[in-house]
Amino acid sequence: MPKKSFRQAVNEALRQEMERDPAVVIMGEDVAGGMGAPGEDDAWGGPLGVTKGLLGRFGRGRVLDTPISESAFIGAAAGAAATGLRPVADLMFVDFMGVCFDQIFNQAAKFRYMFGGKAKTPMVIRTMYGAGFRAASQHSQCLYPVFTHIPGLKVAIPSSPYEAKGLMIQAIRDDDPVIFFEHKAMYDEEEEVPDEAYAIPFGEANFLREGEDATIVAIGRMVKFAREAAEILAREKIECTVIDPRTTSPLDIESILESVRETGRLVVVDEANPRCNMATDISAQAAEQAFDALKAPIRMVSPPHVPVPFSPALEDEFIPSVEKICAAVRAVMAAPARRAA
Amino acid sequence: MQLNRDDLLRAWREMRTIRAFEERVHTEFAAGGIPGFVHLYAGEEASAVGVCMHLTERDVIASTHRGHGHCIAKGCDVKAMMQEIFGRAGGLCAGKGGSMHIADISRGMLGANGIVGGAPPLVCGAALTAKVRGTGGVAIAFCGDGGANQGTTAEGMNLASVWKLPAVFVIEDNGYAESTASAWSLAGDPVKRAEGYGMPGTRVNGRDFFAVHEAAGEAIERARNGEGPSLLHVKVERFFGHFEGDAMTYRAADEIAKLRAERDCLADFRRRVTEAGLLDGAVLDAIDGETAVLIEEAVSEAKAAAFPKPAELLTDVYVSY
Amino acid sequence: MPDIAPLTMPKLGLSMTEGQVAAWHKADGEAITAGEEIADIETPKITTALESPAAGTLRRKLVGPGEIVPVGALIGVLADPVTPEAEVEAFIEEWRARFAAEKEAEPEAAVPEPERVETPYGPIQVLEAGPREAPPVVLIHGFGSDYQSFLLLQPLLASRFFTLAIDLPGHGGSTKNLPGPDPASLAKAVSAAMTARGIEAAHLVGHSLGGAVALALAEQEPARALALTLISPAGLGPEINAEFIAGFIAARRPRALATVLALLFADEKTPVGHEVVEAVLRAKRLDGAEAALSAIAAANFPAGRQAYSLRHVLDDPARPANVVWGRHDRIIPASQAGRLPAHVKVAIYEDAGHVAHMEKPEQVARLI
Repeated sequence: MPKKSFRQAVNEALRQEMERDPAVVIMGEDVAGGMGAPGEDDAWGGPLGVTKGLLGRFGRGRVLDTPISESAFIGAAAGAAATGLRPVADLMFVDFMGVCFDQIFNQAAKFRYMFGGKAKTPMVIRTMYGAGFRAASQHSQCLYPVFTHIPGLKVAIPSSPYEAKGLMIQAIRDDDPVIFFEHKAMYDEEEEVPDEAYAIPFGEANFLREGEDATIVAIGRMVKFAREAAEILAREKIECTVIDPRTTSPLDIESILESVRETGRLVVVDEANPRCNMATDISAQAAEQAFDALKAPIRMVSPPHVPVPFSPALEDEFIPSVEKICAAVRAVMAAPARRAA
Repeated sequence: MQLNRDDLLRAWREMRTIRAFEERVHTEFAAGGIPGFVHLYAGEEASAVGVCMHLTERDVIASTHRGHGHCIAKGCDVKAMMQEIFGRAGGLCAGKGGSMHIADISRGMLGANGIVGGAPPLVCGAALTAKVRGTGGVAIAFCGDGGANQGTTAEGMNLASVWKLPAVFVIEDNGYAESTASAWSLAGDPVKRAEGYGMPGTRVNGRDFFAVHEAAGEAIERARNGEGPSLLHVKVERFFGHFEGDAMTYRAADEIAKLRAERDCLADFRRRVTEAGLLDGAVLDAIDGETAVLIEEAVSEAKAAAFPKPAELLTDVYVSY
Repeated sequence: MPDIAPLTMPKLGLSMTEGQVAAWHKADGEAITAGEEIADIETPKITTALESPAAGTLRRKLVGPGEIVPVGALIGVLADPVTPEAEVEAFIEEWRARFAAEKEAEPEAAVPEPERVETPYGPIQVLEAGPREAPPVVLIHGFGSDYQSFLLLQPLLASRFFTLAIDLPGHGGSTKNLPGPDPASLAKAVSAAMTARGIEAAHLVGHSLGGAVALALAEQEPARALALTLISPAGLGPEINAEFIAGFIAARRPRALATVLALLFADEKTPVGHEVVEAVLRAKRLDGAEAALSAIAAANFPAGRQAYSLRHVLDDPARPANVVWGRHDRIIPASQAGRLPAHVKVAIYEDAGHVAHMEKPEQVARLI
């Protein structure tokens, strides 16, 4: 099976769905690039090349460059979705949500509910997230907890190229608004990805490894780090289950709880800032619903409560590391066994 | 579009329906029967009806928080609207939206909006759908003078021009954005703003149904012909407060009385059509009588209607989850 | 019996280039009998037991668990207990030198890759291996599987035969549009793939549902089926493990699927490798795959029983036929191998389940 990069996997998903359904259109800043300029068309294909080639295949009627006006075109995506198209809008960096969040959380998210079930808003917003690019505080955040918080939105965070293609196809086919998070540092990662189309259902966590000693739940790019940590810990005879929730909304909390009830120890790895992030949400649910099974306090591995710094020395300190994950697991393993009441 | 007798009767009926609806909501609200916030459109009827008479179900409108008038003018069910405002299960939005989010997508009414300036981006989207699908439809964004200053309106106008969308931006300037006069808060001139964004702009006397109808007709035809968006700056009069419960202390003491006496678009319409011999007073009175019955029924039915069941709290957040 | 016997990294699958010892089961200095399981060999695709090629004492374990080595590399040494250490050392050195030289000298062997052939029924994925001039063997997998079902068997046959492993419609990399869900319709697609690959007639090897397809093909186009080898085939009797079929289709989580897949083996506690489970889940996710599987299940195994009987196809004494079963087959009972025509060679393996071609590939290969 051919290996494809995360970038190619997303591109392929977009292309195959656009071929299958003429209602799917793409819009955003520089999704083709070069619009109105004397040089090449399709000059960029998105800032990191994810949408390159789609203009040539589908034309300007379905690949729409926009001026830099997020509230207009993200709102347009919502209005278009509510009236019959299936737009995939590119919110280039999730950090830009500030200039268009109303369209997402007050309009698109709420149409169906506010209009008594008589509307549907089948739109996808693709957006880049995450640190590691030295892009500094306004281009490096992981804001998925904010979107997860909003009823009416769905949030998908693929952890690998295979996951990216399947979750993107599902996102496009899904009739609800989906925010699709792509980690900017993962675009060159490669994995075997089928040529055929396939959809990975939302709300189904993936188990990348099974072990009886501890459960590690990780989000997005952190899944890879969690797997590496599990390999290291296995050599120390600590066997971990590694869970990738794939979507934070809907969240497959049942699978996580099932694992916590078996291992009794939970570590959640989340690159989002620590206050009110996914780690807090998952930990609270586990503490509430699987308290009796817990053999140790839950541990969360997250960056500190600081903006993302620029200097590589500081940014590398900011991002949760494999070693920090290992340390957290060792800590839950070492915690004294809880006495029965 | 030349207005024939049926058109004129329709215009009167729709404007009268809006007026009667809003007046009744005003009294019902004062009596404590209506939950939440309502923002009434009385006095502005000629704008909604003058624009929406050109529209069919393939066309889409999006409105403001002051959306009852546009909703009625777009052909939405009046009784279901009243139930919605009363929060009943049989409401247009199953009681889940209320006055500020009243909508019926099946009739091309993309909703009143609780966010000022909410309509322009959404309407760009609806216009995009019409363009991509080649339906020949147009999309109309209603904004207030307050909404005209929101970034979304500026961005929406720019985007509609750049994409050459079949859209019309209707700025209904009733002189007040909440309690602040548009004379102060609206810098420059919406018509010049339109030109600034590469589209024609026209100022319209919103009390004059015929003027609105004509200007709207031109803008809508432009859009349908693929010539891109336009803007109408429609000057209207708001008879009630920004919201019901607004003491309106920011208005002159006799302002409302004078508006009702001298600047009522229904009175102006009636005078004009009767003086021109187009319609006689009796037929207009008859329509008024029918409308009164309709509104009375709408209110009594709404008051008798059931509230949504508790289980409905959890429904229709998603298509599937 | 040789004095010193090398243990080498086996080739498990045509595309395997390297593997690791997942675990040793025997200690240094232990006495080993020929055929005994010495270690578990792991590749990304499969973990399987390494059977000792000879009797002797385990004198060396040259790789530890987790160490990755190329196919053919020396991983251990068996010898007579009295053989001196120096001789064992010399053997190892000489062996390694020869291996390194061979590796340098030989060109990169082309790893056979599956390809899609166009047929009137849509694209069919096939994996070819073996010399074109050799007698052809067509390998047809079972329900929910694909050409990789023959991962262990195909390499063993490829030295003697021109082998063609096929993905049935609805499976693997083949079209998900079924010509029909019944064996006869699926057989048409197999026949078309054979034609596309220039194979007029072949020895048909079919596993489970693939066995029924092979029988149907022999019935429809007798001239194309030179011989039949059927491994735990469908089509010989009414019984079928309906829970397996339903469970296979329904399973969405790795653990649920692993439990279902374990039923294929003689020992239901056989741990099914994570990569295998993941590969099956990914195959089931492809557009149209689940619908195709459901349609096939509904047509072939309605109400918990097999719908099609193709026993009569084995009546022809002119066509050589093997029927192979594992005694502990929990999907289709081995009793269905009973009372077949006399010319049919029946082999029942005592320590195999539903997948004898995976559990006992050498023995199955010898039958062909």
